[in-house]
Amino acid sequence: MSAAATLSVRNLSIMFGGVHAVEDVSFDVNPGEIFAIIGPNGAGKSTIFNLISRLYEPSNGSIHYGEHDLLKLPAHKIVKTGIARTFQNIELFEQATVLQNLLVGRHSHSSGNPLTDFAFLPGVKRSELEHRRKVEDIIDLLEIAQYRDERISDLSYGARKNVELARALCAEPSLLLLDEPASGLNNEETDDVGFWLEDIKHDLGVTLVMVEHDMNLVGSIADRVMAINDGRLITIGTPEEVRENAEVQQAYLGVSP
Amino acid sequence: MLQVNDIIHLAVTGLAQGCAYGLIALGFVLIYKATEVVNFAHGEFMMLGAFAVLAFSEALGGSFWPAFVLGCLSIGVVGYLIDAQIMRRIIGQSSASIFILTVAFGFIFRSLAGMIWGWQTLSLNTPFDGKVVIAEGLSISHDRIAIVAATAILCGVLYLFFSRTRFGVAMQAASQNQLAAFYMGIPVKRLVSVTWAIGAMIAAAAGALLAPVTQIDTTIGFLGIKALAGAIVGGFGSIPGALLGCLLIGIIEPFADFYFPAIKGVSAYVVMLLVLFVKPEGLISQTFQKKV
Amino acid sequence: MQVLFKTRYEDDIHFLAKTGEKIRVGLVVLLLIAAPLFLQNYYLAELGLMLVYAIAGIGLMILTGHTGQVSFGHAAFLAIGAYCHSILISHGVPFSVSVVLTVTLSGVIGMLLGRSASKMHGFYLAIATLAFLILVETFLGEWEAVTGGHAGFKVPALKLFGIPLKAMWQQYYLDLFFVFVVVLGAANLFRTPTGRSFLAVRDSELSARSLGVSVEWVKIQSFGVSAAITGLAGVLLAHHLSYLSPEVFGVLESLKLMLMIVVGGLGSILGAIFGAILISLLPIAISFLRDVLPPAVGQQAGLEPLLFGLIIVVFIVFEPQGIYGRWMKIRFFFETFPYYRKSSFVRQKSYLKTERMR
Repeated sequence: MSAAATLSVRNLSIMFGGVHAVEDVSFDVNPGEIFAIIGPNGAGKSTIFNLISRLYEPSNGSIHYGEHDLLKLPAHKIVKTGIARTFQNIELFEQATVLQNLLVGRHSHSSGNPLTDFAFLPGVKRSELEHRRKVEDIIDLLEIAQYRDERISDLSYGARKNVELARALCAEPSLLLLDEPASGLNNEETDDVGFWLEDIKHDLGVTLVMVEHDMNLVGSIADRVMAINDGRLITIGTPEEVRENAEVQQAYLGVSP
Repeated sequence: MLQVNDIIHLAVTGLAQGCAYGLIALGFVLIYKATEVVNFAHGEFMMLGAFAVLAFSEALGGSFWPAFVLGCLSIGVVGYLIDAQIMRRIIGQSSASIFILTVAFGFIFRSLAGMIWGWQTLSLNTPFDGKVVIAEGLSISHDRIAIVAATAILCGVLYLFFSRTRFGVAMQAASQNQLAAFYMGIPVKRLVSVTWAIGAMIAAAAGALLAPVTQIDTTIGFLGIKALAGAIVGGFGSIPGALLGCLLIGIIEPFADFYFPAIKGVSAYVVMLLVLFVKPEGLISQTFQKKV
Repeated sequence: MQVLFKTRYEDDIHFLAKTGEKIRVGLVVLLLIAAPLFLQNYYLAELGLMLVYAIAGIGLMILTGHTGQVSFGHAAFLAIGAYCHSILISHGVPFSVSVVLTVTLSGVIGMLLGRSASKMHGFYLAIATLAFLILVETFLGEWEAVTGGHAGFKVPALKLFGIPLKAMWQQYYLDLFFVFVVVLGAANLFRTPTGRSFLAVRDSELSARSLGVSVEWVKIQSFGVSAAITGLAGVLLAHHLSYLSPEVFGVLESLKLMLMIVVGGLGSILGAIFGAILISLLPIAISFLRDVLPPAVGQQAGLEPLLFGLIIVVFIVFEPQGIYGRWMKIRFFFETFPYYRKSSFVRQKSYLKTERMR
């Protein structure tokens, strides 16, 4: 596992067709904390994630994780620096089994090439078994053993959410970007997610950054919260501080202070 | 070296050919925009159109225009049925399966046409058999002018149809967001089938107009692949782009055949591969990154 | 229904978990090995040809079924394999060297095509590969000095390590050997990171990328592996045809390969093999049909492509999972008898998947 480091974002901006989707946003995420990003729909929360994981090209600004300058890396090298992510609308490999999905999560730790894999050399088998053992740990942690051999297309929505989280964990990240981990889940499932996230933070020592609408979940587990609106940063602080912030209240509830 | 007259002659030939490609491309770009299905059998609609017009013209004792209308309409019915009976059932399957399916249609149509009308080359009498003499040694035949004129007219009619009629606007709406259009009470299924019918009719018209130039046999459907190549060069997502690409391909072709006889007939593919190599999205890009 | 108790992680890595599967596959292998004992030369040749098509099918399956990249031009790799090998051995290159060189060349051309294809998607790729096939066919016809052009090219007799293999059973065993290599290798591929990254690219390029898979490189690899395997099929095919001409490797041949994998069942190696069996039985069915149907239809030239087309349409519309999917359902029926219900395999409602947003 790569050592935990500070994610520092400076003056990040991106334009979509002349509109600033994210404008001059700067923040730091400290190692070992749970950092939540909140804001109304269309505020640019997911866009920040997509910028960090290099799916979008920023028009300005910098993103560093530890000593890595992320903007110098292509999208598929980001996970090597220790950053894994989930997606808002679940992006699993639909026609593959849960186990196969999780094993793809191990991709950044495998060094295969088609020729050795074609021949299934003893070394390949050894590393396969090793990956399998790591995957099984995550399966135990998130209690998804009963789905292990199911196809994703046969799973329920809640199970898919868990599998996607598990797949990101299989990459053994030091920083996890979670795009709405509780959306679409019922209260009970949301509570489970809350416990797991705290477990992940404490037991695995993973730094968590999450975009979330469920303020109860954010209030109960987040160490710090960043509120944004219209692509601009409003405030960063503890959940209580942010909740009391007049501008946040206005953005969310439309009431003047 | 080419004389000026030869250059003009080749350019006009190419322009007419490009317009024919453009007519075919018009049809499958319409279908693509409405359903995101690329109909690899569109060239075969054109071939069937040519045969149908020929058959009607023989049945009616050689009169071209009634046969032309009847032929196009009957191919339109074929297009409608293909969508209503088959394409509609396979929505949501992988795009690989759908491509393969339309390619299979192409083979079926070609075999059926061969079985019905035979495998030999036939010719169709059209009213466009004269030619205009522009200068000494330079003349343009009527059939080529007819193709260019028909392309211009059809483009104009389609433009008016899509921008002015209720039906056309509904079709545009459905092609941008099927679900939203459905909620607004637009009969999306029927619209899609009608789009197939229109696309097929345009292709059939192209087939009948091209008949004096290419003659009619079962292999002329392969022009559809060249039209696809042209549409890709221009950019598949927009009708003007596709037309432009087809004209470009059509004009390049006779010159390439003249200068590089070794690649006679396949220069369109060479151009397309070159364009794709440099600019994989075509000259005018139409895809966007998926929102996550 | 057999319940498996897995006690070691190796259990999940083995190909054949269930006893029934082991017995079935073992029987098939035994039959294939014993075939020359009880089959006449004609049928043995047909069986050998079927094995060759199984190899070609697996080649295309890896690209289209497992990586999701449609290629309408795979007959081009059959052609490259067949021509390159025949030309090499006619210049006195030994068989074993020629096979290695040919497979490498085919793989490299595949990787080059894959490199240019890695930025394209969907039907752009389908048309580009089709254009590639047409160009290869033209090229083979025009380059008369080396390929013999449209007049054809005589394939030299089969020789292995200097020993001529004249009997059909010898050639058959050669085919069989390569089938074992390819099936085993392809199966290996899909229990290792390379194969899984192929599946990942097929199902979601975005999340594959965010998990560290280089999508471009995967497409290049997949094209390379696929072209190499199809090239190998071309090598073996050359010895079955004994006379090569560019028209043999045309669009119809590509459609035949497509038919194999679609009808066999996209996304499974077994599907490619089922497809090959079907392709080999089709000519028999067609000649039977020619006798049965009235001459007006039966003697027509277009019967073969017509049937190919119809079979594809019927399968895509009614059984998109192909013969493989049907086989799974039948097996499930017997394993769970009498609890099988039709709804066990009801397809989920699916909607238009847009390609404009990627």
